[in-house]
Amino acid sequence: MSEAVVSDREQRILEIIETTRSKRPKFKDSQVTMSHGAGGKATQTLIEGLFAPAFASESLDQMGDAGVVEIEGLRLALTTDSFVVKPIRFPGGSIGGLAVNGTVNDLAVAGARPAALSLSLILEEGLDAEELRAEVKAIAAAAEAAGVEVIAGDTKVVERGHADKMYVCTTGVGQLDPRAQLSTAAIKPGDKIIVSGSIGAHGTAIMLARGEFELDADIESDTCSLWPAADALLEAGGAGLRCMRDATRGGVATVLNELARASQVTMVVREAAVPVDAPVVGAAELLGIDPMYVANEGKLVAFVAPEQADGALAALRSVPGCEEAAEIGEVKTEPPGMVLVETAFGGRRVMDLLAGDPLPRIC
Amino acid sequence: MKFVEEFRDADLGQVLAGEILAAVDPERHYKLMEVCGGHTHSIYKYGVDDLLPDNVELVHGPGCPVCVIPMGRVDDGIAIAKADNVIFTCFGDMMRVPGSEQSLLEAKAEGADVRMVYSPLDALRLAKANPDRDVVFFALGFETTAPSTALTMKRAKAEGVSNFFCMCNHVTIVPPLRALLDSPDLRLDGFIGPGHVSTVVGARPFEFIPADYGKPIVISGFEPLDILQSVLMIINQLGAERCEVENQYTRVVPYEGNLRALEVMAEVFELRPHFEWRGLGFISQSALRLSDAYADLDAERRYETPGVRVADPKACQCGEVLKGVIKPWECKVFGTACTPEHAIGTCMVSPEGACAAYYNYGRFARDREVV
Repeated sequence: MSEAVVSDREQRILEIIETTRSKRPKFKDSQVTMSHGAGGKATQTLIEGLFAPAFASESLDQMGDAGVVEIEGLRLALTTDSFVVKPIRFPGGSIGGLAVNGTVNDLAVAGARPAALSLSLILEEGLDAEELRAEVKAIAAAAEAAGVEVIAGDTKVVERGHADKMYVCTTGVGQLDPRAQLSTAAIKPGDKIIVSGSIGAHGTAIMLARGEFELDADIESDTCSLWPAADALLEAGGAGLRCMRDATRGGVATVLNELARASQVTMVVREAAVPVDAPVVGAAELLGIDPMYVANEGKLVAFVAPEQADGALAALRSVPGCEEAAEIGEVKTEPPGMVLVETAFGGRRVMDLLAGDPLPRIC
Repeated sequence: MKFVEEFRDADLGQVLAGEILAAVDPERHYKLMEVCGGHTHSIYKYGVDDLLPDNVELVHGPGCPVCVIPMGRVDDGIAIAKADNVIFTCFGDMMRVPGSEQSLLEAKAEGADVRMVYSPLDALRLAKANPDRDVVFFALGFETTAPSTALTMKRAKAEGVSNFFCMCNHVTIVPPLRALLDSPDLRLDGFIGPGHVSTVVGARPFEFIPADYGKPIVISGFEPLDILQSVLMIINQLGAERCEVENQYTRVVPYEGNLRALEVMAEVFELRPHFEWRGLGFISQSALRLSDAYADLDAERRYETPGVRVADPKACQCGEVLKGVIKPWECKVFGTACTPEHAIGTCMVSPEGACAAYYNYGRFARDREVV
């Protein structure tokens, strides 16, 4: 706009909006809609407005990917996740592998080496036994690749039509790595923002696998264990590694927004520096979506002190699958709680949480 | 990505920005309206306005199809969606548009079978896959999307699909522009013309803007360089005291439009005598309905709907935003009571809506320093 010189009135209104947004959201909706599961603002309202206040736990309030419990000096990270992806098989993976990697990754980015998983299956009456066998095999293979054991489980079957083939819930536990000094509060202005590879592949692969678009592209889900990447960063980053997050539902944009809000800092992203594979760029362009908001299942975002950033990036790039890791931006002070993008075109804009995701059941 | 990145080249953007700066009269304030919501979205998404001089102001126009749907139509759609045995289909951003009681998304959570589709053909496919259900497609959009609805209806008729119906909300671009130009509270210097509508209707229908109202219009593409070049073309017209329809988007828009698309529209649709536009009121001959030959496929003739005109909420100023009279942030409820997650007005729902674009992308004073 021509309001390059922003009027005082506009500035005041923007400040009122920021104040409103910085308050803890209240869950006031009369019913649950698909938006509440999309990972954007409605999900945030549900978590911060209903769940967190009800359970009032210090660890939960951290809003990390995993919670921490200390038992006689042993610090354990615990996380749980449900998988309802549709379709259950997609290029690059399937629900079984996803359920293992998703939980393993929540532990890894919390700085915990994944040790063991529990596995809970909700099966729909009529599920083809071959499909179940294939998923059990996928779970075993992913667990072996990630170096975790499945040590407990549960099975339920519901009537046909009351689930969609199968839902998988995994809970994971791991011991916090002594090198890890991670917390959202540790993020400081000047820190560099690093992603572990090109983004947006998982969500795009699922969208295309649903066959709702007559669009063919060579895109595979990136589902994999992030422990090797986390391990490399813990080693190279040391105390300079502030925080890591798994950029799943809602993508990198959502992670940055959550952390900007939690740490009351600004995140500035250089759009041109964000690695995205060409087929993902093309599909996203046609579908009118921004890869920054698309789910990943094998990518993390790390915040590293400026002195350690180059070393951390080099270490990360030496991990197989992370060759395209890149520094995509920097943490600043003002305006707090906001994510800004320097567009490749030379402009600047806000990158907010999504209000709702039109693409449900991506994981 | 080839054929896209070329139009987002930052260096060329700087060149164009320099040319615009050199072309403007520093003593003059330029107020240009981008008619189309797609332009509004691009301007914010790429930060195009960051490259414009202070005295070039872009004003958002009425060309966001979701934004102009009045509440009463949403209520009618929800009534059909809740009818027995109906699968109701619509585009994704329509699902969150508030009606007087609820949105389609909320109706879905209550049990209505509402599904998002990406094209009318998807809805037709759904009808063929569910022969024992009625599938209703909530059609909306300007002349850009009307031909695809028309072709789908033609196909449904030709294939004898008897369970497929259309609730037609297609609107036309010229009448609201005329209404806008006739309104006394708006002073504009020129228009960035709607690119995609023009691929169908061509550039000729816009000749009345220079002829009757003395304003230049440049039909523009949607990439950031397209928009900058169009701004430059308008400023050059103003500088040379020229006033005409120019076509920046020649790679896509033929001056005469797409005759085949216009033919199929003429066959399937007819003009409504009048149609209510959100915030703009009733505008004569500004919307389409299915023609008598397609009456059997018309959801409005098949289903009882309330058909009640619902006044916009008092606090909502979508009309003034759509006319470019006020900026999104000047609305009384912008960003506080009306946000993308709990929208009061339509402009806050669609990604092409001026309020949503400003809230999601622009909500940062651009001269404020990042430190």
